[in-house]
Amino acid sequence: MTTVEERPAREANPSATAADRPIGFGRIQRKEDPRFVRGKGNYLDDIVLPGMLHGAILRSPMAHGRIVSIDTTEALAHPKVHAVITGTDLEGLNLAWAPTLSADVQAVLATDKVRFQGQEVAFVVAEDRYSARDALELIDVEYEQLDPVIDVRRALDPGAPVVRTDLEGRTDNHIFDWEAGDAAETDAVFAAADVVVKQEMVYPRVHPAPMETCGAIADYEPIDGKLTLYETTQAPHAHRTLFAMVAGIPEHKIRVISPDIGGGFGNKVGIYPGYILAVVGSIVTGKPVKWVEDRSENLMSTSFARDYIMTGEVAATRDGKILAVRTNVLADHGAFNATAQPTKYPAGFFHIFTGSYDLQAAHCKVTGVYTNKAPGGVAYACSFRVTEAVYLVERMVDVLASELGMDPVELRLKNFIKPEQFPYANKTGWEYDSGDYEPTMRLAMQIAGYEDLRREQAEKRARGELMGIGISFFTETVGAGPRKHMDIVGLGMADGAEVRVHPTGKAVVRLSVQSQGQGHETTFAQIVAEELGIPPEDIDVVHGDTDNTPFGLGTYGSRSTPVSGAAVALTSRKVRDKARLIAAAMLETRPEDLEWEKGRWFVKGDPGAGKTIAEIALGAHGTVALPEGVDGNLDAEVTYDPPNLTFPFGAYICVVDIDKGTGKVHVRRFVAVDDCGTRINPMIIEGQIHGGLADGVGMALMEFIGFDEDGNCLGGSFMDYLIPTAMEVPDWETGHTVTPSPHHPIGAKGIGESATVGSPPAVVNAVVDALAPFGLTHMDMPCTPARVWEAMQGRPTPPI
Amino acid sequence: MQVPAPFDYVRATSVANALELLERHGPEARVIAGGHSLLPMMKLRLARPDWIIDINDVAELHALTEEPDELRVGALTRHAELLDSDVVGRLFPIIHDAERVIADPVVRNRGTIGGSLGQADPAEDLTTVCDVLHARIVIASPGGERVVDMADFHRGPYETACEQHELITEIRFPVRPRAGSAYEKVERRVGDWAVAAAGAALWMAEDGTVADATIGLTALGLEGPAVEAAAVLIGERPSEDLFAEAADLAAAASSPIEDQRGPVDYKRHLAAELTRRVLGRALDRAAHPAVA
Amino acid sequence: MQVTMTVNGTEVTRDVEPRILLVHYLRESLGLTGTHWGCDTSNCGTCVVLVDGEPVKSCTQLAAMTAGHEVTTVEGMADGATLDPVQQGFMEEHGLQCGFCTPGMMLTARALLDRNPDPAEDEIREAISGQICRCTGYATIVRSVQWAAAHPAAEGTTASEVPA
Repeated sequence: MTTVEERPAREANPSATAADRPIGFGRIQRKEDPRFVRGKGNYLDDIVLPGMLHGAILRSPMAHGRIVSIDTTEALAHPKVHAVITGTDLEGLNLAWAPTLSADVQAVLATDKVRFQGQEVAFVVAEDRYSARDALELIDVEYEQLDPVIDVRRALDPGAPVVRTDLEGRTDNHIFDWEAGDAAETDAVFAAADVVVKQEMVYPRVHPAPMETCGAIADYEPIDGKLTLYETTQAPHAHRTLFAMVAGIPEHKIRVISPDIGGGFGNKVGIYPGYILAVVGSIVTGKPVKWVEDRSENLMSTSFARDYIMTGEVAATRDGKILAVRTNVLADHGAFNATAQPTKYPAGFFHIFTGSYDLQAAHCKVTGVYTNKAPGGVAYACSFRVTEAVYLVERMVDVLASELGMDPVELRLKNFIKPEQFPYANKTGWEYDSGDYEPTMRLAMQIAGYEDLRREQAEKRARGELMGIGISFFTETVGAGPRKHMDIVGLGMADGAEVRVHPTGKAVVRLSVQSQGQGHETTFAQIVAEELGIPPEDIDVVHGDTDNTPFGLGTYGSRSTPVSGAAVALTSRKVRDKARLIAAAMLETRPEDLEWEKGRWFVKGDPGAGKTIAEIALGAHGTVALPEGVDGNLDAEVTYDPPNLTFPFGAYICVVDIDKGTGKVHVRRFVAVDDCGTRINPMIIEGQIHGGLADGVGMALMEFIGFDEDGNCLGGSFMDYLIPTAMEVPDWETGHTVTPSPHHPIGAKGIGESATVGSPPAVVNAVVDALAPFGLTHMDMPCTPARVWEAMQGRPTPPI
Repeated sequence: MQVPAPFDYVRATSVANALELLERHGPEARVIAGGHSLLPMMKLRLARPDWIIDINDVAELHALTEEPDELRVGALTRHAELLDSDVVGRLFPIIHDAERVIADPVVRNRGTIGGSLGQADPAEDLTTVCDVLHARIVIASPGGERVVDMADFHRGPYETACEQHELITEIRFPVRPRAGSAYEKVERRVGDWAVAAAGAALWMAEDGTVADATIGLTALGLEGPAVEAAAVLIGERPSEDLFAEAADLAAAASSPIEDQRGPVDYKRHLAAELTRRVLGRALDRAAHPAVA
Repeated sequence: MQVTMTVNGTEVTRDVEPRILLVHYLRESLGLTGTHWGCDTSNCGTCVVLVDGEPVKSCTQLAAMTAGHEVTTVEGMADGATLDPVQQGFMEEHGLQCGFCTPGMMLTARALLDRNPDPAEDEIREAISGQICRCTGYATIVRSVQWAAAHPAAEGTTASEVPA
């Protein structure tokens, strides 16, 4: 059942009195904030270990070249240099190549060839970071330049240079073909349809660019063979297991610590060569080695996102019933297939491109190829390619609306999956858990004043002014995922949680997921609080340390609340069930005679006779005679295997004004109505949405990593990789509906990536709508002033 | 993080001392003021001076003086100070227009007018502004100081008349009656370098015709003012058609190059569009001078 | 060379190379790691500190250039246990998520409020436009600064108090 809520008024100062604070769900301030506002966060580069050395990486200046020779003599002679490591050195250790998250291998340090500009070639370890940088200049590498593969459309041409000559028998740049849906059925619907629209669109290469770059400190203790590895990682446990597999260090001898993380957005999921090099550096020198990338290294070598060239087609009736969607995709995976996604899905969850619509058929084919560009592929708040899928379908629906002369909202309303159709099996294999789309769309229209906006637009158009209104209605698939379908390098996508209630009734919850700013210390304390009635401030949340937390796959793809949130809720319920047994013993009654109210079991019909969680905890650890089979503690643990994914959705409306003389787009308003199911902390949810909306405006208007024909990266610094400032984004207008997930213990669906997924098509649809007087039906991101002006001249060129 | 290569550092106490230090430390010495052009170049190791001569303590470079016929601005005047100055806004609104879009507010707290002109980046805004306002640049040498026109000062991208052993000390802006000026820039995002920009100044005759005019372009491949474009204005009564004609001539004088910020025809279009806009605003300001 | 400056009200002297950037002097010589860095090109503003009360990007200033000046870092914002209203505003209005840009944002906000105690929304946005936040989308940062403006003498929660 969906509850439609009005746009909330700004809430009053919530810290007024302790009595007003919710014990459980509701708006409370974040537990992590006091250290951050005092500058007492503990990020990777803040950590200093005794005797610590500093690493720096020499990188390839060219996109494709054969390494002729590397001379490290001068660098080694630098008085402050302790080690210089090359690919040849790593070959001796069998560490020159490391497995990727997609069953490929990636060079840790190049041995044969360099395959993208910025690729790792040598590693210097020195006494301080300045000297390490100085020594890079003393390494002499001779390259023989090779023709690069830069234009992804030419990557499969016969005679194209072969990027992966290291792979046995490889004669082309093809990685995979992958399909979902029924091709024949879809073609049949298309053949019979009144109306078919088709559009090629590019979702260009962008980058998560968290404010903190990636880094690691490796501290290898030679006597007991223990490696302590501090890393900027969103997935500490998965990293530990992979390090055990790659480096051959026994897993119990590896401790991965992920300290405070300065933003991740998917960028900090993978294992980068720098992390492995820090480990090698520490083993070689016998001292802790810190490596932190600079911003150019971050933008040029770590996980990019998107780089999909998509041809979309929609079949419909003349009166606007959408019948089928099909798409062909060419995916640029760069020089190594290092995409992070569940093994069975080489194009991630792209097959959610059926969107929020009730279709008769759907089909997609995705072809992945190698090019001489940085590897990566899924990052930047992407929910495993859901971003690309939502962009495709929401752009195509607008193309259809334009063809039919229909209002884009009307067209969407006409085709929504109806509430009674849930759980809804779509045509590519998903089962949407719950949804009620129309009230969400209508709330967004109400907040925006949709009819008034259209009137204003008509008046402005009559005066020759350019105003656009863009709609996007997205459905995501997040919270990966069921173990039987989903694993990453063989590790099932489940997550563990442990709750311990101390004798005095305070508690600790230990998580496998890792916050990069999402407020886990608060949200997860609130889940325990909701289930056990222990105030959030009395609950310590421990994460980011593999020696002190249960195993699990980490935070990405909006999976923390759907997976770990469920684990914490179920663990808390186990504690509650156990508390009932102990309370019954303490009250000398039967468990079934007890009733729960938040924080307390009491005797049915006799509310005065009861025991609080604190009393029960003291009893459990004390001298109470425990029932048979009940241990003397109030602890529990659960590893949660989600039965299905969750399907958050939302309606976004963007209003833009375009300066006709300069092509400059001004985002005037942005309305976002999200439905993420049960809401744990509305403040944190709104914050997640706001951030994603800014990402979306950034991608739609300015973020872009381009390459010149030689493969030089043109987005390698913040001077060229542009991220919105406070001046380019409006004051977000948000609203929400609540349609709980039926299979999640608390009904929560996840919110981390909704806005990043949903907002780019809203902005682009608004820009295209504004440019409709020029006869335009599509333009690709980024909508920079120059590209918008070119579109006005009738040449909306793709960015690549 | 990228870090500079080693160098030695010395602080100058006066202009004379700075010149002496430049002389002493030779061709591999560089003067630092705000440092927002030099230090990033040093971090990339594209600049590797042996000596850094810090002039931030040289008080005599840090003055803003209104004379009857000119405004004198010390080379060390920060962008933020120019933007905060009512005198600057009243006499030369083009400077405020430009300063509002130079880098960002934090960078403007450090960057200086002398540093901007000395760096002479082709996308740098104040060079255009100084062209438009017929500014004169005071350059101190061991042998004394000289005053040069912008035409002589600015020799091309990254090249000025200020020699290695010299120091820019002051910028002088002539004050003339019935003046109006304006600057407009298109940037991909706040804080970005210009895609293109244009500046203009108009000095009106008492009869309402244009007595004098200059038009300057930024990042559009034109060194110095757009002379022919301005010439069509002089002696004429302003009109939209007249400004459009001047704008077209300015565009014709530009020779932009294609880059990530846009193709040639777009930039040439901007040359005309922005010239038209700034002429209109300059005229409006000449007619309605700010009172301060 | 010996570099002496006043940091958060205390005069400090350290022997450093002339090329040491102010951000590294603060973080590494003094251990004040609340000042962060996020780029190499003076664009991101995570390194902003106040020098003589004005926001400055500490990655684009040599420590040597700062000698003799007064520096305020995030560690110097609170008065003992009493937080600056700006710090309190960021907690009240969810002006931070990962916390990485936060010290720079708060210091710029402090400088703005010192100059203009009641800034309009667009003035706040302009003031922080040289600093990038990847998490918040800026609206809550703006509200945090507005909160601080509305509570110039915030009663002052203490750092040790449990937030709620």
